[in-house]
Amino acid sequence: MGRGSRDYALWSIGIALVLVFALLPVLWLISLSLKPPAAITDQSFIPTEFSLDNYKSLFEGGIDDSPFIKPLINSIGIALITTVISITLASFAAYAIARLEFPGKRLILAGALAIAMFPPISTVGPLFDMWRSLGLYDTWLGLIIPYLTFSLPLAIYVLVAFFREIPWDLEQAAQVDGATPSQAFRKVILPLAAPGVFTAAILVFIFAWNDFLFAISLTSSDASRTVPAALAFFTGESSFTQPTGSIAAAAVVVTVPIIVFVLFFQRRIVSGLTAGAVKG
Amino acid sequence: MEASAQKPAVSSQRTRSEHRLAWMLCAPAVLAMLAVTAYPIGYAIVLSVQQIDLRFPDEGGFVGLDNYLAVLGSELWWTDFFNTVFLMVTTVAIELVLGMAIALVMHRAIFGRGVVRTSVLIPYGIITVVAAFAWQFAFAPDTGFVNNLPLIADDMDWFGGRFSSFAVIIMAEVWKTTPFMALLLLAGLVTIDKGLYEAAKVDGASAWQRFTRITLPLMKPAILVALLFRTLDAFRVFDTIFIMTRGAQDTESVSILGFNQLISRLNLGLGSAVSVLIFICVFLIAFLFVKGFGTKLDEGRPGG
Repeated sequence: MGRGSRDYALWSIGIALVLVFALLPVLWLISLSLKPPAAITDQSFIPTEFSLDNYKSLFEGGIDDSPFIKPLINSIGIALITTVISITLASFAAYAIARLEFPGKRLILAGALAIAMFPPISTVGPLFDMWRSLGLYDTWLGLIIPYLTFSLPLAIYVLVAFFREIPWDLEQAAQVDGATPSQAFRKVILPLAAPGVFTAAILVFIFAWNDFLFAISLTSSDASRTVPAALAFFTGESSFTQPTGSIAAAAVVVTVPIIVFVLFFQRRIVSGLTAGAVKG
Repeated sequence: MEASAQKPAVSSQRTRSEHRLAWMLCAPAVLAMLAVTAYPIGYAIVLSVQQIDLRFPDEGGFVGLDNYLAVLGSELWWTDFFNTVFLMVTTVAIELVLGMAIALVMHRAIFGRGVVRTSVLIPYGIITVVAAFAWQFAFAPDTGFVNNLPLIADDMDWFGGRFSSFAVIIMAEVWKTTPFMALLLLAGLVTIDKGLYEAAKVDGASAWQRFTRITLPLMKPAILVALLFRTLDAFRVFDTIFIMTRGAQDTESVSILGFNQLISRLNLGLGSAVSVLIFICVFLIAFLFVKGFGTKLDEGRPGG
């Protein structure tokens, strides 16, 4: 069938376009990071010589002198702690919203939605002032608190959408069959809820990992500066050279693990991102 | 008789304890959400009616609406406001078209659906700052490969002019956020009954007619929700501009203006006035979508 093969050709072109669109900047960063410093301005998309000098410069000097190791630890630590707290609080709230009838339920959902639309820049000034007087400026906690606030709406919506799908009657059925309430929760409900919780956790982690505005506004040193903020303050060998190679290498280090992770859990992420998009 | 008299009391006691449990479960999350939004925005309003410059801590005091008048009377605010709206409208429009195309590819794919979905998620997983650097290095006259491409002048200085800078900024923003748009649109697309297309085909409707008469009207709610979230997100644009130009060549957005006043110049009074004005703009955009276009937020979700 002529029509069929033409369709295949069209789809192939469409898919190829999407692939190039998505991958181009990533491949470009990898290419830049592998160029030796002398060849960084050769303007070619594919490196002609390869070197790991840019990666070595990131980790040179160990934890105290490296411009990258401390921000990396800060980023991972802050994002992980944010994720754990946010998911815990959101799970409690989502359980109540999905399972219980109570006045104020719609108000909480509407409030969460409003906060998802809230412009973070409007809170930066007050937080800067408050954190300085409370001693939270330039600390992990100083970043974790705003990340918690702005990730909770996302976590609550995703979890509510998942929790509504859980057949909660199974819990009672298990108890009728002789399980204790705690057994029924651990052996029946927890395994059913785990995929939703995990999905929400990935989305919250990516949110905290990505933030730049709070990270440059509420930190001033390596004590709490995360990778995105540290990248903006990277300096070159002299004040005239831009540290393109080191930035590219650092970008690859923080990007590749996330990409692998995202690709591995793509189904979950897609369902999480679109949770409630069709039916709230 | 006794039983029926007791029943309502028992059940109302039960509902009351259920309400209490529900509120106890929700309280921590609600408090955490209010702590960094309601209180700070209130505090921002208080700061915005005072003269507070941390570089001159001795001067100060209540100045009423002077800060607002200073901001609204400055050319810089209106330049930045124009930039922000210009970037918002262009990026969201391009994303809507591109996102719809990608959603259709994913929905109707004969093969390779997984490949498309996988590649579309890559921009979502990348830090905005990292993506901004990638595009900046690509267009930079010294390191970039773009000027080496055919049809582009070798010495084109992309970041030397206002609208050429905007072109690169828009490209980076579109690349980063189109996947989110595409996924939201795809979620709306899959709910459309396939039978409608078959029936239209039988009646002789062309592919374009099927798209404009069936797909678009039925997807209107999903499109509006996606547009609302992306529009509000685009209005807050900060990371990409900060990395690429820091506001040089008149490319500042209102968020950059707020940051410069608050954090770089430590002028909390003026900066807070800018913050409150941004908050009002966001509120008005949301209001326009909900009341003006009839966006149903019950069907919505917070942005990713």
